[in-house]
Amino acid sequence: MWKSGVVKQLGWTVCDDLLCIQEDGTVLIYDLFGNFKRHFSMGNEVGQSQVVEAKVFHSPYGTGVAIVTGASRFTLATNIDDLKLRRLPEVPGLQGAPTCWAVLTQDRQSKVLVATGADLFILDYTSPPGLSPQATSIVHMCVSFSYKYLALFTDSGHLWMGTANLKEKLSEVETKVRNPPKQMAWCRRPKSQQPSVVIMWDGHILVAGECKNTISYHLEGVSILVPELDGVRIINGTHHELLQEVPASCEEIFKIASMAPGALLLEAHKEYEKESQKADEYLREIKEQNLLGEAVKQCVEAAGHELEAETQKTLLRAASFGKCFLSNFPPEPFVSMCRDLRVLNAVRDYTVGIPLTHTQFKQMTVQVLIDRLVYRKLYPLAIEICRYLKTPEYQGVSRVLKHWACCKVQQKEEADEVIARAISLKLGEAAGISYSEIATKAYECGRTELAIKLLEFEPRSGEQVPLLLKMKRSQLALSKAIESGDTDLVYTVVTYLKNEMNRGDFFMTLRNQPVALSLYRQFCKHQEQDTLKDLFNQDDDHQELGNFYVKASYKEKAQIGHLQSAVDEYNKAKNEFAAKATEEEMRLLRFQKKLEEEKGESLVGFSLHDTIRTLLAVGLHKHAEQLYKDFRVPDKRYWWLKLTALAEKEDWEEIEKFAKSKKSPIGYLPFVEICVKHHNKYEAKKYVSRVTPEQKVKAHLAVGDLEGAADAAIERRNDGEISTVLSRCSPSTDRALVERLNRAKATAAKK
Amino acid sequence: MAAHLSYGRVNLNILREAARKELREFLDKCAGSKAIVWDEYLTGPFGLIAQYSLLKEHEVEKMFTLKGGRVPPADVKNIIFFVRPRLELMDIIAENLQPPREFHILFVPRRSLLCEQRLKEQGVLNSFTNIDEYILDLIPYDGDLLSMESESAFRECYLENDQTSLYHTAKGLMTLQALYGTIPQIFGKGECARHVANMMLRMKREFAGSQNQILPVFDTLLLLDRNVDLLTPLATQLTYEGLIDEIYGITNGYVKLPPEKFAQKKPGEGGKDLPTEPKKLQLNSAEELYAEIRDKNFNAVGAALSKKAKIISAAFEERHNAKTVGEIKQFVSQLPHMQAARNSLANHTSIAELIKDITTSEVFFDNLTVEQEFMTGVDTDKVNTYIEDCISRKDPLIKILRLVCMQSVCNNGLKQKVLDHYKREILQTYGYEHILTLNNLEKVGLLKPQTTTRNNYPTIRKTLKLWMEDANEQNPNDISYVYSGYAPLSVRLTQLLARPGWRSIEEVLKMLPGPHFEERQQLPTGLHKKRQQGENRTTLVFFLGGVTYAEIAALRFLSQMEDGGTEYVIATTKLINGTSWIKSLMDRPEPF
Repeated sequence: MWKSGVVKQLGWTVCDDLLCIQEDGTVLIYDLFGNFKRHFSMGNEVGQSQVVEAKVFHSPYGTGVAIVTGASRFTLATNIDDLKLRRLPEVPGLQGAPTCWAVLTQDRQSKVLVATGADLFILDYTSPPGLSPQATSIVHMCVSFSYKYLALFTDSGHLWMGTANLKEKLSEVETKVRNPPKQMAWCRRPKSQQPSVVIMWDGHILVAGECKNTISYHLEGVSILVPELDGVRIINGTHHELLQEVPASCEEIFKIASMAPGALLLEAHKEYEKESQKADEYLREIKEQNLLGEAVKQCVEAAGHELEAETQKTLLRAASFGKCFLSNFPPEPFVSMCRDLRVLNAVRDYTVGIPLTHTQFKQMTVQVLIDRLVYRKLYPLAIEICRYLKTPEYQGVSRVLKHWACCKVQQKEEADEVIARAISLKLGEAAGISYSEIATKAYECGRTELAIKLLEFEPRSGEQVPLLLKMKRSQLALSKAIESGDTDLVYTVVTYLKNEMNRGDFFMTLRNQPVALSLYRQFCKHQEQDTLKDLFNQDDDHQELGNFYVKASYKEKAQIGHLQSAVDEYNKAKNEFAAKATEEEMRLLRFQKKLEEEKGESLVGFSLHDTIRTLLAVGLHKHAEQLYKDFRVPDKRYWWLKLTALAEKEDWEEIEKFAKSKKSPIGYLPFVEICVKHHNKYEAKKYVSRVTPEQKVKAHLAVGDLEGAADAAIERRNDGEISTVLSRCSPSTDRALVERLNRAKATAAKK
Repeated sequence: MAAHLSYGRVNLNILREAARKELREFLDKCAGSKAIVWDEYLTGPFGLIAQYSLLKEHEVEKMFTLKGGRVPPADVKNIIFFVRPRLELMDIIAENLQPPREFHILFVPRRSLLCEQRLKEQGVLNSFTNIDEYILDLIPYDGDLLSMESESAFRECYLENDQTSLYHTAKGLMTLQALYGTIPQIFGKGECARHVANMMLRMKREFAGSQNQILPVFDTLLLLDRNVDLLTPLATQLTYEGLIDEIYGITNGYVKLPPEKFAQKKPGEGGKDLPTEPKKLQLNSAEELYAEIRDKNFNAVGAALSKKAKIISAAFEERHNAKTVGEIKQFVSQLPHMQAARNSLANHTSIAELIKDITTSEVFFDNLTVEQEFMTGVDTDKVNTYIEDCISRKDPLIKILRLVCMQSVCNNGLKQKVLDHYKREILQTYGYEHILTLNNLEKVGLLKPQTTTRNNYPTIRKTLKLWMEDANEQNPNDISYVYSGYAPLSVRLTQLLARPGWRSIEEVLKMLPGPHFEERQQLPTGLHKKRQQGENRTTLVFFLGGVTYAEIAALRFLSQMEDGGTEYVIATTKLINGTSWIKSLMDRPEPF
């Protein structure tokens, strides 16, 4: 019993769902078995004015719905699965319902075509070219299956046919019938490439085409026309007929007295069955014209178009017979036609009730056919077809089984245990089954326990996570996410948990999952510094807390306070070195701040090294000395430091004083080198004599004293050093020196 | 354009083409004119996949760098964000949106629920027409080299315990197997290697059913953790390519060089201004000369260059012998190739000169001497005076860190006193803030206090023959030529795996960190390869956490050995050198 409102229009979606469009603009969706699926509304404003007429249409974007209200306003949704309502502009001068209208899909947009009187509206005001002048009103219209053509029926009984963009007129036929037709539909004619429209009135239909003649058929009872890809279906209370242009191959073969190769082959085969020698005559006739291949092709094709199994068989047998006399005829068309027909005959059976033509089947593909069977819950047949056509398991059997399982979980009367076992038993070996999808379905039906049981079969741990979260099994979700190795998934669960649990429990959970914990730490490092601190605190990770405070000390002004906290933490972590180093840093900071105040020298943030260097550079030698002592800077480094700082200032006097202050822990070669670096050879020479014997040669060379270097090298009888000096000699060098070196080199080598 | 990718043992161009196809498909999904807003980090790696011309063919009219504020005005229909899945980038994107244009996001290498959640919180998730992922894990870098170009992989894995890059690695290896067949044998050493192998095996189970019907191209996969061999990247690479990287840094296959040496000297122009823009050169095996010399020890490069110079000038001399029209025609047809060769020679001669100036300097020599002392085990347990001097002179910090870490690794940790001394010196000289960096180095094991008195480095060195006294730089007979004496541990492990197998070095393997393992992946029947006699095996060596050019050179050397029996393809998370590696581990607190 229908308990809902007044239904204005029924229609099917591309996925075989039934649409019931009600007067109040509500659209109810039912599946093939009459189960209610969902509903949506065509807009609130429909309410008072009510839906006057509605149409369901299909386009590459899915199934759409268009309505017109009593206030003559059109609303349109191109895809009901992604509902976006478009209210179309008002039609000028239109009062009440329009005489007729249709939906067009052009340039990726759905439009409504409206006729009021003799005027047509799309978006612009326009009128079809060459419409008969007698007509005063367009009373009916229809758009072709491909949205390319438009047919208009006028009150004068004229049928106008043209392109849907209204740019071109194809033909106009006078039907001599004046009352408006009940329905009109385009009928594609692939063979003759001619437009033709089927017009239906009570009791009869008329086929009109380009020529003036029309074909008329008598109709019994109330019928309805369904335009299809390759014909028009006529359905009434008891019958279902297909009006179609006879396909070329069938016509060739079955035309009376046809001499087409296919017809001859069929005849030949008939004779052959009768064991008559005429068979040979017919065959010869075809073969002489070299048309046997063509004949086989025609028979195969014609078989495809025939709906009677017997006729199909006769034609295929004839084709097979003809094939025997051909050496290199490709077998695929024949084999695949046999397969296709077997499938088609199976689905055309009245218990299944999908009366597809071969052309339609090819257009919609096996995939879609399987889907249709699945919608009808004809799982065994679907699986048989998949196996028969050797569809890859992934897209074939497994997909069907998944749908079966999704349906199975909805059987309320069976226990969770039983269903889970039944499903795992059936799906056991099937490849690529998504158990999580099945589990989702079970969960949607309110069977959480069953869903969890099913999820256990899911091999992809990542897939389990979203559903587990939805079912609030967050702990399990977390361990599955970790198992998958997908860190993004772990993050997702962690953020979920964070919002779900109180802080204490959340931290405890993380503590048991080190992977999640370290990821969360990373997250906090970038997003929530304070939480990071809490985490370290909870784990008594004093080392990290120390580091945390050190980082904080660079971010905020309260530097020393943070560093003191760092010292405490490092002490707790028993990291003596870090604690001491931090204390030193605090001392340095205090010193720097004090000096900044006293001397106005910017020092804070400098390392100890740079602080001393700056002090030396501005001549605060005492303070530098103080730091050197306080911080126990190794002598060697201090000497380097001071030397470099003074040299940069080019304070040669101070350097000399420094050199004489006590014995240099870094030797005197650096003195030589640094003077040379600052282009003061004169000063450099002062220190050459104090350089240790091992570095003498280097020192002499540094100041450019080749002779001195030679002397030093020869004195030390060092082969390597002599070579070094030699390599520095140029053609302009004193010959005697070079010879001396060479001689020394010879003796050194002998040694 | 990328022909050099297909010359190797394995045609890596297949991978590149697959990546390009996917990119084109995504671009076509966004119909109409478009502008790309780039996560700056991605431009380099993308350059290895597709040039601007490909984008242009698909109506990309403008490119911007992702930054705060609004997208600059552009008269385009679509705005596409190419980004890594990072939360901070999501916030920037949210700021960028400005209707009425169509927005799309392409996540590289994977879309992220976390990021989508963030966009949702920002209230902009619905503004996107397409949210997609572009799976770019392993990028073909050269004919035998794949890199994920993931800068911080080592830091994430070993310091932060964030295994995201390992997940991408496993995914990348699955993609690779989808294109090149299941790899029947997997070996590995190290914690991360184990983790990656586990994920791979799990993913294979998950996709049971969609069996791969491709004849396997790789026989073996070897997964190596970088922390199994911490020593090698610390040492200064001495191959030509290695030195270019050490000195100038190679990024995404390009190097920028000081321009002075490359000034075009054209007669008549005389004293023109020297170019100031750095000279950018692409370095890969597409350049014949470079392929020849890149892996040589630098000391052998000079000879190779002069030999090449002679060949080229001889080729140009040929023109005098060309008498007949046919001969002249043939000569002319070879001209472009010869001119390219001459340019290439000029470039590399200039680069070699630049490098030579450095390698002959005293600083370089002293540094190398100390490195070699450490690697041979000389005085590794004492404070090293050279390091002290370098600190005193305030040489670059990274140089110091490389040396100290090297000493620590070669001594299996430093005595507490020695370690503390170095640390104190570093903090006093370079600043206290480096305490964080030092802490990081300790965490990853590059620096450590000695816990036992037993130092097992000498045992490892001797068993694996890590030091070869008489390394032949000109005509090498052992991989040790790449470091003039030191044979990289990682490559030695690879070499020993192929022959005689790891069983012979069980003891040493136990001394190195992490487990070692072997796994087998079942092949569908009919895909078992029947090896022709004398046909080489192909091994994919994956360095988790980075690989140096010198190690690559060593592996190429092994591939070319006549009786080697194994050819290697190399994959890694990132091409590194000691400097870039240490840098990635440094922490610099941002000043207030």
